[in-house]
Amino acid sequence: MVNQQNTIAVSIWRGDKEGGLKSYSVPLLDEQTILDLLTHIQRNIDPSLSYRFACRVGMCGSCAMQVNGKPRWVCRTLVRKAVRGNKLVLEPLPNLPVVKDLVVDMEPFFDKWQKAKGCFEPGQTALEEFLPIKPDEPRRRLADAAIECINCGCCYAACDVVASNEAYLGPAALNRAWSLVNDSRDGANKERLQAVTGTGGCQNCHTNSQCVARCPLELNPTRSIAGLKRKAAVAILKGKL
Amino acid sequence: MKDSFAIKLWLIQRVSGMLLGIFVVIHLVTMIVAIQGGLTAKEILERTSGNWLLGGFYSVFVITAALHGSVGLRTVAQETTGWRGVSLDAAVGLFCLLLVVIGLSAIRGLVL
Amino acid sequence: MKENHDKKEYWAAFVQRWSGVVLALFLPAHFLVLSRSLQGEQALDGFLHWADMPLVKLAEAGLVGLLTVHLLGGFRILLIEFFTWGEWQARMITVAAGGAFACGCLFLMRAI
Repeated sequence: MVNQQNTIAVSIWRGDKEGGLKSYSVPLLDEQTILDLLTHIQRNIDPSLSYRFACRVGMCGSCAMQVNGKPRWVCRTLVRKAVRGNKLVLEPLPNLPVVKDLVVDMEPFFDKWQKAKGCFEPGQTALEEFLPIKPDEPRRRLADAAIECINCGCCYAACDVVASNEAYLGPAALNRAWSLVNDSRDGANKERLQAVTGTGGCQNCHTNSQCVARCPLELNPTRSIAGLKRKAAVAILKGKL
Repeated sequence: MKDSFAIKLWLIQRVSGMLLGIFVVIHLVTMIVAIQGGLTAKEILERTSGNWLLGGFYSVFVITAALHGSVGLRTVAQETTGWRGVSLDAAVGLFCLLLVVIGLSAIRGLVL
Repeated sequence: MKENHDKKEYWAAFVQRWSGVVLALFLPAHFLVLSRSLQGEQALDGFLHWADMPLVKLAEAGLVGLLTVHLLGGFRILLIEFFTWGEWQARMITVAAGGAFACGCLFLMRAI
């Protein structure tokens, strides 16, 4: 890793799913993030390297990729913290089709977001007076606890059930569905509950909680999904599902 | 199959799990007490013959365990082998039936 | 950036799954043995005699161990799914399940 000339050897996935790891030697600087390292490679060593980034400051989630086997945001990961026994391996996010190098196709992730009815549907209240929602109302608190998701895909990439079940909607989509289930203004919760209890629904979650372990915003999809399960249980017992 | 089949299986799994939690604790305690000082068929049959309460309890136990185990195996089969659909559901249903039949006949042999 | 120290939940789920599979596959054998009681005391005694062998006793202890682990893991899942908990509490539940299992082992070792 850090030798006399202060360089680091990093292995990076090149190509599509049939590709392979390629090694690069990069100067190691203090407080260097993995994104800095990628920028260096793309500008000075190999301009054909493809990767996504945008804000560079941990706000957008675009730079999510697999770092030494775990999904992380590379703009917020220091090289010295991520290195494991002299090895640094960068791969595209798992559970999504690889486009090229470190870039994955996020389409399936967003498709499932739609399938889980992760979009707000205005209800009757849009035509009447504004529905007052106080921030400390119990349902609003539940929604707020889950609402900060910026769909970076780290949880989806970390989930073992997503890996073993193509139909599973995944932690992010279900977490968003839960935040909407708790939104008093929303008018589509009957359809939403059906969407999240269908074939790819919340019942597939086995509380492995790798989503919780990996979420850079410290959200808790396991808890949100448990909430959906409870809603489903009540609906089944009432004969509504 | 209705699209809500899987979520209903999940609820069966959890409810049967709750019941089994109680039944298993009773069963383990009973067994540990029963095996003190060795175990013979005579002793077992003495305790179980004509014991309708025991028979009733274990019958419910058998059915609950059969359901719980079958739903669990179905999920594991789907996620580890990719086996899905009607053929898996039929196989699992058969396994469940098998367990219920053998289990209830064992209880019959002990109680009657 | 986050360190991934939470593989505990992953292993909890892994152990839950595979202990369940072993128990589910063991159940038919367990019921069949008891069915032998239908053939009368001698048949059952014959089996119980075989079951006195140390290797069999070890296997039995293993099965009871798996049952206990699966039971405690089941309690953990029921708590996580049916009650709302903070992260720290969820982790404590997993740790408690592990601790309870260890206690159970000690208890069972004296009982068998």
